[in-house]
Amino acid sequence: MGLTNKSTGIGVLDNEIKINKLTPDDKIIALGGNPNVGKSTVFNNLTGLNQHTGNWPGKTVVNAQGDYSYKNNNYILVDIPGTYSLMSSSVEEEVARDFICFGNPDTTVIVVDATCLERNLNLVLQTIEITSKVVLCVNLMDEAKRKGIEINLTKLSKKLGIPVVGTSAIKSKSLGELMEEIYKVSHNKITLNPMKIEYEKMIEDAINKIVEPLKVLFQDKLDHRWVALKLIEGDKSLLKSISEYINCSLTEEKKLMEKVDDARVLLKDEGIDAEKFRDKIVSKLVKTAEEISRDVVFIKNNNYNSFDRKLDKYLTSKKFGIPTMIALLFVVFWITITGANMPSQILSDGLFYIEDKLTDLFVWLDAPNWIHGLLVLGMFRTLAWVVSVMLPPMAIFFPLFTLLEDLGYLPRIAFNLDNYFKKACTCGKQALTMCMGFGCNAAGIIGCRIIDSPRERLIAIITNSFTPCNGRFPTLIAIITMFFAGFFSGPLQSVFSTLILTGVIVFSVIMTLSISRILSKTILKGIPSNFTLELPPYRKPKIGEVIVRSIFDRTLFVLGRAVVVAAPVGLIIWSMANIYVDNISILTHCANFLNPFAKLIGLDGYILMAFILGFPANEIVVPIIIMSYMATGSMVELDSLDQLRTLLVSNGWTWLTAVCVMLFSLMHWPCATTCLTIKKETLSFKWTLISFLLPAATGIVICFIVTQVSKIFGLI
Amino acid sequence: MNNSILLSSLSHGKKCRVKNLNTEGLLRRRLLDLGLIDDTEIEVLQKSPSGDPVAYLVRGAVIALRSEVTSMIVVEKV
Repeated sequence: MGLTNKSTGIGVLDNEIKINKLTPDDKIIALGGNPNVGKSTVFNNLTGLNQHTGNWPGKTVVNAQGDYSYKNNNYILVDIPGTYSLMSSSVEEEVARDFICFGNPDTTVIVVDATCLERNLNLVLQTIEITSKVVLCVNLMDEAKRKGIEINLTKLSKKLGIPVVGTSAIKSKSLGELMEEIYKVSHNKITLNPMKIEYEKMIEDAINKIVEPLKVLFQDKLDHRWVALKLIEGDKSLLKSISEYINCSLTEEKKLMEKVDDARVLLKDEGIDAEKFRDKIVSKLVKTAEEISRDVVFIKNNNYNSFDRKLDKYLTSKKFGIPTMIALLFVVFWITITGANMPSQILSDGLFYIEDKLTDLFVWLDAPNWIHGLLVLGMFRTLAWVVSVMLPPMAIFFPLFTLLEDLGYLPRIAFNLDNYFKKACTCGKQALTMCMGFGCNAAGIIGCRIIDSPRERLIAIITNSFTPCNGRFPTLIAIITMFFAGFFSGPLQSVFSTLILTGVIVFSVIMTLSISRILSKTILKGIPSNFTLELPPYRKPKIGEVIVRSIFDRTLFVLGRAVVVAAPVGLIIWSMANIYVDNISILTHCANFLNPFAKLIGLDGYILMAFILGFPANEIVVPIIIMSYMATGSMVELDSLDQLRTLLVSNGWTWLTAVCVMLFSLMHWPCATTCLTIKKETLSFKWTLISFLLPAATGIVICFIVTQVSKIFGLI
Repeated sequence: MNNSILLSSLSHGKKCRVKNLNTEGLLRRRLLDLGLIDDTEIEVLQKSPSGDPVAYLVRGAVIALRSEVTSMIVVEKV
């Protein structure tokens, strides 16, 4: 099946978390924690704007890094994946664990949720078994207070034997305290004595047998007790990583392995086999978390979660669950569509004004026509289109979506939809990765690491591009507005557009499910694996932060990508449209070549060409179509969607063309970034190729059927 | 032992204690890791729109489990 250990395991880590220290004195701080505990708020507050990488763009989504300085020292903060555990049953957990183990962080900060401490302590205990240099950050103290939950941080710190800092998003004072503790731990200013989790006597005896030879082999690398536990357990993938880390194969150390065998025999004699051993270890951690939490958490009101339960009753109920989901989607789209109109208009007015001024400048400079064409009509105009048509919907959709995410709603979507995914023989968490795909498919594909089963993870990866990403939304919105909203006028128009867009998204979800099912029944056969899903407490989203972050991380990223991708493509398009062979431009040659095939699937040569040239980034498909039509003669001043519509219609567009362009936009090859990400995540050329061909083939078949059926029934 | 039933057969609002997990390997580890060790109290919170999975309250956290999983968890009514 190609699902080797390499394609799903540590291999993924290759060139994964790379850290560039500016000076050798820089301290590396790993930031871990459960999902949805406000880890990114802590990250953002510490680093401010000194982030090397945004949280979203493609491959860097898992390990955002940032700098801050404190007491004349530079700290590199590495955001490791949010997980509930470090047992490494999913790639996500493996990445987190491996960074704590082998990434040599000077301090590991674990962020936990004050409103759900017991559950969160599991990860903390697992971490202090690996490393002693841990600082605990109990976040959301304000929420806890509101819910009537009190936590004795001093006692918690004493019990765990590590520094504990309480933080809440509103108070920045606590941040200084956190920095101070990180400073102390990473500069060895305090001696840490983290709690040792004592297992029952049999297990302790077994551990002690192995610890001695380990001391010789490891010296001060890694925690010997922890390695001993893992050796007895026989966690093969981890032992391989450890061997690589200390540069000597553990399994070939005869003396050590003899001791390990001894220890196993000792345990077996007491009736503790491998399975029981693991049971005991995991149970002990859970019990320890329970004991600690009983001692330090005081709950004044036992019904502190009643608001969450009430909200869940509506958001996930039989009657309202799915309708509410669709309604929320509708509202998000409606705000996006209506809100984007104005800024789009302003941007396009502004940018085309600049184009005029640039033209004046070129005339004044007496520059040759072709230079003006290449730079202004080619590059600048394409850029202007990308920015004015694409940017506003993105800048509105993203913060809205992030708000839902921060609220804790996305796991509820997975909960609501799980049964459908089960019927498709896949994992309900695929709903989460699908949601991430709305932002960016590359991010969605990396997100698939949360899925335990390699088979289900591959299906989620392959089908992710059926979810229209942020780069394709504006295309859909523009086409819907131009061709289908015209039946109505006034406010009804935007409602109608939104309805269609919501329908398109529901269709994309249905396609994702169908294709997943087909994959499950053919090349990726299997039964659905068992799945467990955490539904974290709801949160009040930090609206200000979300908006600021969206602007910085996403909007600037989109602008950057537009410059990098759209500008050269604009250049190419203009050249192709203006270099003539046999009196016909190269562009037209290409389009003519593609035309017969394109016509079969309801498109035309230029459109298909635009999709092909849009491979680097989906954002530029519509601008390329516009450029091509304009370059072929009918030069019009385009400053509104109405005029754009006129241009398209004069080039033979009908409602059927519009439908097919939307369908094809929904289902064609994933963009270049996405393909690279798939290659990196699956480490397989074969699966990358399948992920490329499958949506393309699906799109072609569906567009063909729609076109031919419409023609047969004389609808067009 | 008469009290022993499967978690999947409990209706919402009911509370119970974990007695045994009839499963092994990865899933068993996952469940233990979620805190479902012996004698842990579970409250059945709510069904998803299609009736499966179901959300449970375990140690202060809400966890959704599919019926395949809950039919492997032996519990005792409280």
